[in-house]
Amino acid sequence: MRRLLALALLVAAWSAHAADAPLKLWHAYRGAEEAALLKATGLFTQKTGVKVELLALPYDAYAAKLTNAIPHGAGPDVFLFNHERLRNFQAQKLVAPTTDRIVRGDYFANTVEALEVEGQLYGYPLSLKSLALYVNTRLVPQPPANTDELLRLLPTLSDAGQGRFGLAYESGDFYYHAAFLFGFDGPLFDASGRASFQTQGMARSLTFVKKLQDAGYIPQEASGALVKSLFNDERAAMVISGPWFAGEVASSVPYRVVALPVVSATGIPMRPFLGVEAAFVSSRAQQPQKAHQLARFLSMGEASRVRATQGRQIPADVAVYQLPEVRDDVLISSFREAARHATPMPNTLEMARVWEPMKLTLRAVLQGGTAPEEAGALADRRYRALHRERPPDASFAPWLGLAGALVLGGGVWVLRRPAAPLPFRQRYPDVARAAAYLAPAAAGLGVLVFIPFAVGLSLSLFHHEAGTYTFVGLANFVDILASRGYRITEPLSFYFTLAVTLLWALVNVVLHVGIGLALALLLKNPLLKLRGLYRVLLIIPWAVPNYITALMWKGMFHRQFGAINGLLVMLGLEPVSWFTRFSTAFAANVATNTWLGFPFMMVVALGALQSIPQELYEAAEVDGASRWTQLRRITLPLLRPAMLPAIILGSVWTFNMFNIIYLVSGGEPGGGTDILVSEAFRWAFQRNEQYGFAAAYSVLIFVVLLGWSAFTRRLTRADAEVTG
Amino acid sequence: MNRPSALKMAFVHLGLSLMCIVTLYPVLWVVKMALSPTDGLSLTANPFPETVTFEHFREVLFGTDAEGRWLFGRQLLSSLVVSGATTVVGLTLAVTAAYALSRFRFPGKEGGMQALLVTQMFPATLMLVPIYSILQKLRLLDTLTGLVLVYATTALPFCIWMLKGYFDTLPRELEEAAVMDGASPLQVFLRVVLPLARPALAVTALFSFMTAWNEFVLAATLLNDPTRFTLPVALQRYVGEYKVEWGKFAACALVVSAPVMALFFALQKHLVGGLTAGGVKG
Repeated sequence: MRRLLALALLVAAWSAHAADAPLKLWHAYRGAEEAALLKATGLFTQKTGVKVELLALPYDAYAAKLTNAIPHGAGPDVFLFNHERLRNFQAQKLVAPTTDRIVRGDYFANTVEALEVEGQLYGYPLSLKSLALYVNTRLVPQPPANTDELLRLLPTLSDAGQGRFGLAYESGDFYYHAAFLFGFDGPLFDASGRASFQTQGMARSLTFVKKLQDAGYIPQEASGALVKSLFNDERAAMVISGPWFAGEVASSVPYRVVALPVVSATGIPMRPFLGVEAAFVSSRAQQPQKAHQLARFLSMGEASRVRATQGRQIPADVAVYQLPEVRDDVLISSFREAARHATPMPNTLEMARVWEPMKLTLRAVLQGGTAPEEAGALADRRYRALHRERPPDASFAPWLGLAGALVLGGGVWVLRRPAAPLPFRQRYPDVARAAAYLAPAAAGLGVLVFIPFAVGLSLSLFHHEAGTYTFVGLANFVDILASRGYRITEPLSFYFTLAVTLLWALVNVVLHVGIGLALALLLKNPLLKLRGLYRVLLIIPWAVPNYITALMWKGMFHRQFGAINGLLVMLGLEPVSWFTRFSTAFAANVATNTWLGFPFMMVVALGALQSIPQELYEAAEVDGASRWTQLRRITLPLLRPAMLPAIILGSVWTFNMFNIIYLVSGGEPGGGTDILVSEAFRWAFQRNEQYGFAAAYSVLIFVVLLGWSAFTRRLTRADAEVTG
Repeated sequence: MNRPSALKMAFVHLGLSLMCIVTLYPVLWVVKMALSPTDGLSLTANPFPETVTFEHFREVLFGTDAEGRWLFGRQLLSSLVVSGATTVVGLTLAVTAAYALSRFRFPGKEGGMQALLVTQMFPATLMLVPIYSILQKLRLLDTLTGLVLVYATTALPFCIWMLKGYFDTLPRELEEAAVMDGASPLQVFLRVVLPLARPALAVTALFSFMTAWNEFVLAATLLNDPTRFTLPVALQRYVGEYKVEWGKFAACALVVSAPVMALFFALQKHLVGGLTAGGVKG
């Protein structure tokens, strides 16, 4: 009885505790948006007494964190996200439905529709995001209403040679191009909801944009940073961007925001995607009642007003536009106006599959590699290759049989082995001490290295989709090795990527060793003045973290403001678009990796050189051997045993040098410069989380490296026989 | 050895200076970005800033988040704690294991060494998914302890290999002499072997520290709370997919790189000996 009472008390205490527990709210806002959210949640706490704990996550990692944390019960109660991922979240059962709680009339109709999946509603709409035209009123007093007017305006506003453009936007991003596509009457999905690329609208919209670029009306390879600086320097008269851009416009620039122009050829207004930001309630929320209360509170009334006036967001709730401070806000009402024509971005899985093929195609067209008319076919091929059909389930039975046979065979082999001549204790006298010394490291390695390794290997036999794994046997390997969906000579096929990877490793190792050795030979003379200083300066690249190196060099290769193009211009050459051709993109990667890799080889070679006895050279000199002969006959052979392990290690590192490829060229152009590791990463984290397929890639990488290491072991062994 | 001619020395200096310029140019570029006022986007080859401002450094070092917390201070602290603990844990585990592998005979020794090498060949990013679940089971997700354990163990294979190579080059006679003098095995290890292995220990410590200080993918995945972020994760927010703040990125990058560079220069004498001794003599 006593026990029961204690238990009851405990439960009561626990539930009381749970009632006090703060609600966890995750978001990816920064700056004014974050401040406004903080204020809005403060209002909620004031009103209800429920505390809210906010967590701001880096945008790039946000989705991955949600999909990892929520199923493990480590996630938030409420999270803010764009609606376009909703279908994914719903398939993985991360979000709770709000169908019976939401009052549809409170919000704009298209924002509620955006949150609908299979007849259920999820989340509470917070704000709208879509594109509009920012016009510098000093340069363009009368904004263009249609594309004919736009084309009349552009020639006088543009002078590409002087770096002035009539219009600027991130032309390589499909999010922006979609407005043109829909304006040219191009559907993105056919009647059955499947993506369709080979349409009139696709070809016409691409032709239009390509013409703008070829005439020098819009900048090439425009990044967000470039668009911002062009507009702020008044070197771009108009900009296509979203509400977030308002915060970046310098106060000296007079501007207004209008809806995108009508496409004269079709009479249809350019229709950008409509994104809806919503507050979603986690399916694993600890206090669902309160979580719904919070999410709803944030989406309307006072909270909505705060988000509009302070966070500069375009609210999705209707009532707030009655307030004078929101109604009379020019920016907010213009975006609200512009959003009328916007196409709600489908929240389907199909939409998620469109981005990568469209990005590749868009860039291929703008870079001139593909004609606009052929773009649809290219996108279609890419789409079918990236969107793998789920392989058929396989049966465990043959695998269990195989594993059983292996265990049996191993057992037989152990038993049949000739007995050792000495008893165990005598053969290994200090086995107990060895075990004691090894135990801590072995335990750590076992749990955090070998188990993940084994799991990683076995994942390659599974297919992962929306949180569930199904056993598919060798299907992943078959798909990769049969190059299903790609021609063998096409980027993204395994063989092409393998060839690029091998070339990459070879070129880098040769350059690392060549430069490192040459510098070591120059530095070896102990009488050299400033030797210590040179050595310190030359070792710097090794000390810089390699992702910083990568980003630093990416900036240096930037087309418009990179130092490398600056040097070229200084020398009277044309600036180069480094990432639009395979050769230059590959060269950029190699330059970066060479910079960061040669110091290691230099240090190893220096150490090895110091250990070569000076007498050998003196004897050689007496015999009249030339410097060249000395280098070939003494230095290089004696360097070999020290350099070989370093070279092997270096080649393995380079083979898997993910950071440089991913951050410098990012696989441009069109996945051509991707190596096997970055390809595996993309399958795992960017293409619908196909962990199994990615693991199969990893296993193949592993096999290649295993073969390489077996080969090099032979080399080192032969070496030991020669020198030893 | 005869003294090389002045002309030849001039060429050597020329070659080395050229390489130094190539090496330093990108670094100067970053310094320029960090010190230039706006996110200036002009096409120029000049690596020196035209006007100097410490605005970016001020924002990176002393900026506070929306709740008024001084994030940089906390992140620096967690970076230091994680890197320091990783060094201590990693070195302790590696030293004992490497010594056992170098000195004792036991079954599975060769196989174990090979297995260590083999794990280095599986792409680390793909280990992420299993590691996440394991840490979650151990309730170590979003904790610095979990991160330290992961770093220490993933750096282990390389550390063990390097230390074992170095131990192999130390003459056994010294240890045997100490045993003759009545030292216990543990004393031999602590008093004789470890002091002799100091250069290799220094280099291994440097590598463990660097692994933890520079690592970014694991930290970004395993940690959620920005007050616990290590500096590389904090740096990531300046180079988002949609917006790059080069000035702040550059300033933060310099701050993150500085301690590693300082350590490098302090230990660079050992670097040459510690790295190659095993290979050359073994």
